[in-house]
Amino acid sequence: MKLAYWMYAGPAHIGTLRIASSFKNVHAIMHAPIGDDYFNVMRSMLSRERNFTPVTTSVVDRNVLARGSQEKVVDNITRKDAEEHPDLIVLTPTCTSSILQEDLHNFVERARIEAKGDVLLADVNHYRANELQAADRTLHQIVQYYIEKARKKGELPTTKTEKPSVNIIGMSTLGFHNNHDCTELKKLMGDLGIEVNSVIPEGASVHELKNLPKAWFNLVPYRELGLMTTDYLKAEFGTPCIDITPMGVVETARCIRKIQQVINEQGANVNYEEYINEQTLHVSQAAWFSRSIDCQNLTGKKAVVFGDNTHAAALTKILSREMGIHVVWAGTYCKYDADWFREQVSEYCDEVLITDDHGAIGDAIARVEPSAIFGTQMERHVGKRLDIPCGVIAAPIHVQNFPIGYKPFLGYEGTNQITDLIYNSFTLGMEDHLLEIFGGHDTKEVITKGISAESDLSWTKDGLAELNKIPGFVRGKVKRNTEKFARDRGFKDINAEVLYAAKEAVGA
Amino acid sequence: MTVAQQPEALNFECETGNYHTFCPISCVAWLYQKIEDSFFLVIGTKTCGYFLQNAMGVMIFAEPRYAMAELEEGDISAQLNDYEELKRLCDQIKRDRNPSVIVWIGTCTTEIIKMDLEGLAPKLESEIGIPIVVARANGLDYAFTQGEDTVLAAMANRCPSQAPTTENEKNERNAIQKLLNFGKKKEDVVQEESEYVDHPPLVLFGSLPDPVVTQLTLELKKQGIKVSGWLPAKRFTELPVLEEGYYVAGVNPFLSRTATTLMRRRKCKLIGAPFPIGPDGTRAWIEKICSVFGITPKGLDEREAQIWAGVEDYVKLIRGKSVFFMGDNLLEVSLARFLVRCGMTVQEVGIPYMDKRYQAAELAFLEKACQEMGVPLPKIVEKPDNYNQVQRIYDLKPDLVITGMAHANPLEARGINTKWSVEFTFAQIHGFGNARDILELVTRPLRRNNNLKDLGWDKLVREEAKI
Repeated sequence: MKLAYWMYAGPAHIGTLRIASSFKNVHAIMHAPIGDDYFNVMRSMLSRERNFTPVTTSVVDRNVLARGSQEKVVDNITRKDAEEHPDLIVLTPTCTSSILQEDLHNFVERARIEAKGDVLLADVNHYRANELQAADRTLHQIVQYYIEKARKKGELPTTKTEKPSVNIIGMSTLGFHNNHDCTELKKLMGDLGIEVNSVIPEGASVHELKNLPKAWFNLVPYRELGLMTTDYLKAEFGTPCIDITPMGVVETARCIRKIQQVINEQGANVNYEEYINEQTLHVSQAAWFSRSIDCQNLTGKKAVVFGDNTHAAALTKILSREMGIHVVWAGTYCKYDADWFREQVSEYCDEVLITDDHGAIGDAIARVEPSAIFGTQMERHVGKRLDIPCGVIAAPIHVQNFPIGYKPFLGYEGTNQITDLIYNSFTLGMEDHLLEIFGGHDTKEVITKGISAESDLSWTKDGLAELNKIPGFVRGKVKRNTEKFARDRGFKDINAEVLYAAKEAVGA
Repeated sequence: MTVAQQPEALNFECETGNYHTFCPISCVAWLYQKIEDSFFLVIGTKTCGYFLQNAMGVMIFAEPRYAMAELEEGDISAQLNDYEELKRLCDQIKRDRNPSVIVWIGTCTTEIIKMDLEGLAPKLESEIGIPIVVARANGLDYAFTQGEDTVLAAMANRCPSQAPTTENEKNERNAIQKLLNFGKKKEDVVQEESEYVDHPPLVLFGSLPDPVVTQLTLELKKQGIKVSGWLPAKRFTELPVLEEGYYVAGVNPFLSRTATTLMRRRKCKLIGAPFPIGPDGTRAWIEKICSVFGITPKGLDEREAQIWAGVEDYVKLIRGKSVFFMGDNLLEVSLARFLVRCGMTVQEVGIPYMDKRYQAAELAFLEKACQEMGVPLPKIVEKPDNYNQVQRIYDLKPDLVITGMAHANPLEARGINTKWSVEFTFAQIHGFGNARDILELVTRPLRRNNNLKDLGWDKLVREEAKI
């Protein structure tokens, strides 16, 4: 037993449901008690889905405990098959069915006889896998099922597409900014003259899975979802897989160069160097930002990073390599894939933190006192408590992390979005800090005179000079606080001394 | 005088039970806030934790006095000793939070592996010196608000069974009384006692926000009825005395186990009344309590009329409109009855579980309301089937569907107005003063529509997407 308040990755069945409901016309039936269909609420609320979430429950209640599910699961599958004619029904085990140890395989076999659509049992163990691992596995399972089915029927295409083409693998419902990333990747492929053969699972039909082998290569943008599938496709068809996440300027270039290499090996003759150069220097603003004064001021500032493998690793590299920010520690909750993370970030941070205990992370943040945090919603709340700004870069996320506006994290537009996110976090932090030094947001008494020139106080030359040294965005505030201080104490002229006395008075 | 042809009695149906609702463990969300010195330990799996984490939203970040005892594979296969594991966690809770009670919430998993929580609790309780209350609020047996019912039924057994001997001490025990007497001299208190009619002690049950507790208590005080205590009180250490022969009354429709426990185990007498939801319900509730104590209620006519007059602007919006309850929190019958009084037609009352005995007075009151308002009696569908319901909604085209969040957005996208049902559980809806809050919720989608009506944005799904 473990005392827990918060978890970063959900239970296994959530992963399976995310895959199933990402596909078009696939229905998931959970073998679960009443109330376990909370996934439907999340999908409906977080991603503001207009359609009913294609997930229902075959309810486990007292009767099921007493006599087993018997006909119930089979009935529910055949009923859903008749009602909605899905291409595929995925029977999804939960923690409850894991311990009941009913022969769900048998139910699936029986339902297959009657159902017009296909029926699969998701092969996930609640106690061994989390949401991310289960999602990876379920995607692989579905792809494998339809490839084998097509092979049996002799429908498997044997040739590649004429022009270079790609399968984008791993876009899913409730994924962090997945829909925007998907659009950005398609645009990038368009720019590179590469056809998108298939995007799975989001929005895909299971019927198009047999066409996966036609692609020249597979692109897996997220470390957590899709690698099992691409390993399988590589073993079966020799399709090369590119698993470099195009997040940040350097990594995007690296990903594109890898694409160039992979398709040139297959007979294309492309050179993307000029494209990379043009995008880096003139389209993406991130490289220019690194050079600008704004970014210079961030040099050596302390930050910490926490999230899933993909986002935490990419952000760590961006902060350290592209902006010169000092990443004190970077961490992941993907404990099962910790070695990869360590290898990715070790040279870009002082320390690597592998844990799924939010308490330990909170403590590590408090200990380091960074100027900004990049983490999940949980770290955002730690930041609130410690008065440190936080940019949210990974799930678990709330409804505000499903923006309506276009906000990819991948590709060249992604670099712009990330730059804004990082810069806004830091400036806000600095502003807060300066406000505190010079007296805070609340001036407790009403200032009789405004901040205009008709003030009854006069600023001496050196006073004004000092005032002008204060960054513009807080200068007004500092001026008012100083004047209030001077008025309270009956000073007529404000010189540098008064200004610093005011600052000290606030500190005291 | 002719009456339109109507079915004589309410029509009850039972469907497949394939509906969406919250897991009953969600009751920890409001109970830990209500019972200030408690700590709720949910003994379950990641699935339970994930639900709580997401359902409670921002509350989770406020260092809540609840936690998961997350079962691992070793616990399931009994490689680990349940008692030792629970002891370790409860020791830690005691050390970190020092609560006056630890409530163990049993889940589906503890049921299936037959973890003997009721047996382990007394042993561990004596060892660590903190009361441990066990409630089996699991999804195998219960839905959403019934979770509170299981907790309160377990708490009912912990209420002291004997009033302290001296009269003074008794006054001290009573939290509300203490609150109301705060700052008053003893003579004043004695004088106030005389404001009450002499009646047997009355204890109310059901967890309500403190302002609502005060409102209902004062409402009864106007009739000379003294509330001797509430189950639950603000603190576990202030649970009310329950002696044989005390009268009890429920304030919420989902408390049937608690009512049963109070009657059978504590030998109390249950006052079966409609629930104080809506001005009509509040009045009927007070009248019934008065009638049991032989008191003639005073001023209720004017009080109710005044409330109705005050909400007329809202009632105008819904009069003559139809409403469909998909059913998920057991408040449905009371809300349907109130909305009938507001002039709505109720097409269907879906409800997870229908205790016809505990809700008898409310059901009769619903029938009466329909007859008096001249609207057809609704069908009451127990354990509804959401898929079938959605088909019926397409056919009936109700003006408003009260439903869970899983269906709200998809229905809205199809041009059907919805109100998210869970809000009724968390809003203050009891008593005369809160009638407006119920209508605020019910009318919100209709008011929203009035604002957007000329934009032509009703249906936002393509035709083929009709699932």
